[in-house]
Amino acid sequence: MIYLTRRATFSAAHYYWNEAWSEERNEKVFGRCANRNGHGHNYTLEVTVAGEPDPVTGFVVDLKWLRDLIEQEVLEAWDHRHLNLETAEFAQTIPTTENIAIAAWGRLEQGITGPARLSRVRVYETPEIFAEYRGEA
Amino acid sequence: MRAYFGRRYTLSASHRLHADSLSAEQNRAVYGKCNNLHGHGHNYFVEVVVAGKVHPETGMVMNLVDLDAAVQARVVDRFDHCNLNLDPLFVNLVPTTENLCKAVYRLLQEVLPAGLLERVRVEETENNFFECSGE
Repeated sequence: MIYLTRRATFSAAHYYWNEAWSEERNEKVFGRCANRNGHGHNYTLEVTVAGEPDPVTGFVVDLKWLRDLIEQEVLEAWDHRHLNLETAEFAQTIPTTENIAIAAWGRLEQGITGPARLSRVRVYETPEIFAEYRGEA
Repeated sequence: MRAYFGRRYTLSASHRLHADSLSAEQNRAVYGKCNNLHGHGHNYFVEVVVAGKVHPETGMVMNLVDLDAAVQARVVDRFDHCNLNLDPLFVNLVPTTENLCKAVYRLLQEVLPAGLLERVRVEETENNFFECSGE
C-alpha cells in the first residue's frame, strides 16, 4: 500500500463563536479567536490517498487529477472567503481546524473512487498548528 | 467524529551521549561526536498530537490554550535552555532523543485528560526525528 500526499494552500477568514453561549463564555473559551470581526490564516491542506500503484502507469492516482479535484472541491469554495459568512458548512458549525479537516474530507471523499481511497486530510492553520481527520466515526 | 489535533513547540537544550556502563573507547565508537566530553546542543521541535471526539459545543478535540499550558509547564519549562544530562530523569539514562521522546510522552500523559494523548514526535535536527505513541 502506498500513501500519496498532495499539498494545497488557501487563505480564509474565520472566527469562533457558539451562538448558544453568552458573549462572556465565548470570549473565555475561544479567546482572541472569538473576535467577531474575524481574522485569517494561510492554511495548508494535505490530502493523502492510499492505494497500490497502477501496473501500467505506476501511479496510485494522477497527481494532476488530484490537484484539480482539491482545487474544484475545496479551494473554489474556501479560498479568499470568510468561512463563517460565505460557506454552507460553517454557517452553523464553528470553523475550528478540526472541523475544517472534517469538512474537507466530506468535500473530497466522493470524488476519490476506484482502487485508491482517501486516507487522511490534514489542515495546517499555522506551521505550528494542525488538525487531521481519517474518516473515523 | 474522531479527529487529531497537533501542535509544535521548540526547545533548545544541550546533551552528551555517554553510557557509564561502556568504556571510554566504546562510548566514542558508539556515539561518535555526540560523546564529546563537554556536550553539544540542539534546537528541538516537539510535536504533540491529541486525538478524540470533536466536542460539539466547541468544535475542538482539546482547547489549544490548555494543551499549551500543559506542554509549557511539563516540558518546555523543564528542558528549555537546560543540560539534559543534569535532569533527574537522565541521571541513569542516556539523553538520546529516543529517551527524550519517551520522557516527554510520559510527562504529558500524567497531566492530560485520560486517553487524549496520541503521539509525541521530537525532531532533533531537520533530518532526524523520533516518535512515541506509548507502545
